[in-house]
Amino acid sequence: MKETLTGAQALIRALEHENVDVMFGLPGGCILPAYDPLIESKIRHILVRHEQGAGHMAEGYAHVTGRPGVAMVTSGPAATNLVTPLCDAYMDSVPMVGITGQVPTAAIGTDAFQECDTVGITRSITKHNELVMSAQDLPMVVRQAFHIATTGRPGPTLIDIPKDVLQNEMTWYWPSDDEVLDSLPGYRPNVKGHAKMIKEAARLILAARQPILYVGGGVLKARAAAVLRELAELTQIPVVTTLMARGAFPDSHPLCLGMPGMHGTATAVTAMQKSDLLIALGSRFDDRVTGKVSAFAPDAKIIHVDIDPAEQGKVRRPDVPIVGDCRLVIEEMLKAINDLLQSGEKQADVGPWRSRVSGWREQFPLAYDQSEPGAALKPQFCLEKLRDGAPEGTIVVSGVGQHQMWTSQYWNFEEPYTWVNSGGLGTMGFAVPAAIGAKVGRPDKTVWAVDGDGCFQMTAQELVTASLERIPVKIGILNNTYLGMVRQWQEMFYDERFSEVNLSGTLPDFVKWAESMGCVGIRVEDPQEAEAAIDKANSINDRPVVVDFRVAEDEKVFPMVPAGKSNDDILLHHSQDSRREFLK
Amino acid sequence: MSGKNPYGQDSQHHVLSVLVQNRPGVLARVSALFARRGYNIFSLAVAPTEHPDYSRITIVVDLASAPLEQMTKQLFKLVDVVRISELDPRHSVERELIMATVKATAEQRGQIVELTNIFEGKILSVGVDAVTVSLDGSPSNIDDFMAALNQYGIVESQRTGLVALPKLDRAASAGAAKSPKGKAS
Ligand SMILES: Cc1ncc(C[n+]2csc(CCOP(=O)(O)OP(=O)(O)O)c2C)c(N)n1
Ligand SMILES: [Mg+2]
Repeated sequence: MKETLTGAQALIRALEHENVDVMFGLPGGCILPAYDPLIESKIRHILVRHEQGAGHMAEGYAHVTGRPGVAMVTSGPAATNLVTPLCDAYMDSVPMVGITGQVPTAAIGTDAFQECDTVGITRSITKHNELVMSAQDLPMVVRQAFHIATTGRPGPTLIDIPKDVLQNEMTWYWPSDDEVLDSLPGYRPNVKGHAKMIKEAARLILAARQPILYVGGGVLKARAAAVLRELAELTQIPVVTTLMARGAFPDSHPLCLGMPGMHGTATAVTAMQKSDLLIALGSRFDDRVTGKVSAFAPDAKIIHVDIDPAEQGKVRRPDVPIVGDCRLVIEEMLKAINDLLQSGEKQADVGPWRSRVSGWREQFPLAYDQSEPGAALKPQFCLEKLRDGAPEGTIVVSGVGQHQMWTSQYWNFEEPYTWVNSGGLGTMGFAVPAAIGAKVGRPDKTVWAVDGDGCFQMTAQELVTASLERIPVKIGILNNTYLGMVRQWQEMFYDERFSEVNLSGTLPDFVKWAESMGCVGIRVEDPQEAEAAIDKANSINDRPVVVDFRVAEDEKVFPMVPAGKSNDDILLHHSQDSRREFLK
Repeated sequence: MSGKNPYGQDSQHHVLSVLVQNRPGVLARVSALFARRGYNIFSLAVAPTEHPDYSRITIVVDLASAPLEQMTKQLFKLVDVVRISELDPRHSVERELIMATVKATAEQRGQIVELTNIFEGKILSVGVDAVTVSLDGSPSNIDDFMAALNQYGIVESQRTGLVALPKLDRAASAGAAKSPKGKAS
């Protein structure tokens, strides 16, 4: 029987058919019709305080569940508020579907109230976007948006829906998989790697004397952590996990060298530099990893596995390019390696390489100066306490800045999908809403956000959302009263000429602010208080908690490869400078 | 778009023939991608194909601005892009159209008509002190024609930009080149 629905009803039903269980949003004029059938829907809607929050919540949800996050907002200013999260999701390949209201079709192009060219503005920061001109198209467009967001290299898609399209009637249908594929003749992601290339890669891997597995976020997107571990253990090749891949390989594993890049461990950075074979898995040779590209891993051959063909050769020409899904390709790689081994081929001895790497690890652990008695808390100390007090499986989310780098460095990531951060875009204000989204996606897990005092002030109002919606996230602010990361650059590269980086030691009062938003607020000023405060925060499960750690203002993140410099010029913590020779 | 003449001796141009789904905004997607990634375009021509669902965009790209491989791979990421053929100038047929209005006194008019006939062009319109001519041909042919007209003074001109198709090799079947299904690079 043919069923007539309004566009709005069709939209909500289509979302239900896509198994959307929660969406984040805020209504307004043009999207109003869509909010009416939502009352009857089983989809949970979380009302945010700012649309940027809705977008980052959708991202946080997607990061930890692997399912697309959905954000729905109105036209004009609401759509522009969604721009930052869309770009963030695009840079970090996060599956997400944005839905925006648009002025009625007849008003498009007239500078109508709250009209903006949403599709035009978001064209270069979405994997695909679509302005829907007929209610009849809605189910197909929704299916396409979810299909595109979640397949191939994941990313954000956006559906822009004029108000009259939501109000008009349509005849309900639900397109089949084949119909969706037929409607997208130009979209055929290649998931299966080329067999010959995989074989070639296996040969290179067995022949390498100084190989490194350079693991990026694509491994998490492909849900390939288990096969990655098999590959590492079979070949005994050390692993580095980029900022986007923390948790893809356990930090406690003897083969794990931690994070490479600008603030990576000296071991990870140096091991890549000296390597004769980089096996890049779902990583994209980001400038924050390579440093000066021409000086990056100069002697290494490259095997590059990525589902996005455009990543091959974008920065560094691979010797063996393999376009495909990391999990499928690694599985095939394991087979190819085992075949070679069975046919009598021997792996080159990586023993000497491993002992060299272990030597670096012993000589160059992460280091900071403990605070003198009576002096301010050290942020690294707070992180160690947070890490050690966190229940198993805790998800940690961060903002952007020094605190982010320390979190990535000092946390122990043991499981995939326990780390959520804004890597590519580096969006201050990401942490609070992303943590809320993560907690919504994984209510069974403890979610800690480690935020900066600067970042927190960009999106803190979403804690009102969290309190009202009973989403008990925990926020630890590493409050150094500065835009710390910028301060660090000014100190190191601008002769300590501090320009517009001092936020204020007195305002805001984060504890009172937290309390005013329905959270428990705790202040920690002394190292002695840290553990008790963290225990208290961990014991509260009926509302959000904010811990204001008053930390030293002048602490810097080390190691550091200054921007544009070669990774060989890595700056170490001063206590390790005298051992620099060992890195040669 | 870059102002340089793409067809000079040392030019680094390459022709991409891009089959796209015939949907609103597709040209904007393609041109926005070129702008955002810093790829230069010498010319771009677009029109629907024999199949109403598809349009063909012929883009002359500047290889000095980025490697061809990156350009085609990034283009492929556009969902509306169905197929890209890289047309090496040596293995493709290329055509361009120019229209030009040239100053012409009554005495000069005959010379211009003669010149146009030599190039196998057309006279489109004749005014008191100017004529408008057109020519379709290979880009270098058009360059020569422009140079010849220049001595009279070109008042206005418009080139269409290049359009191109693969040169048929004698054995190939024409149908194989036409199927829009699936990506090939
Ligand atoms: C939206 C946005 N604006 C500006 C920046 C540039 N930026 C990067 S880190 C940083 C400082 C962040 O300060 P805070 O949140 O206090 O973190 P800290 O570095 O002190 O740990 C700034 C301003 C950014 N990444 N994002
Ligand atoms: Mg700060």
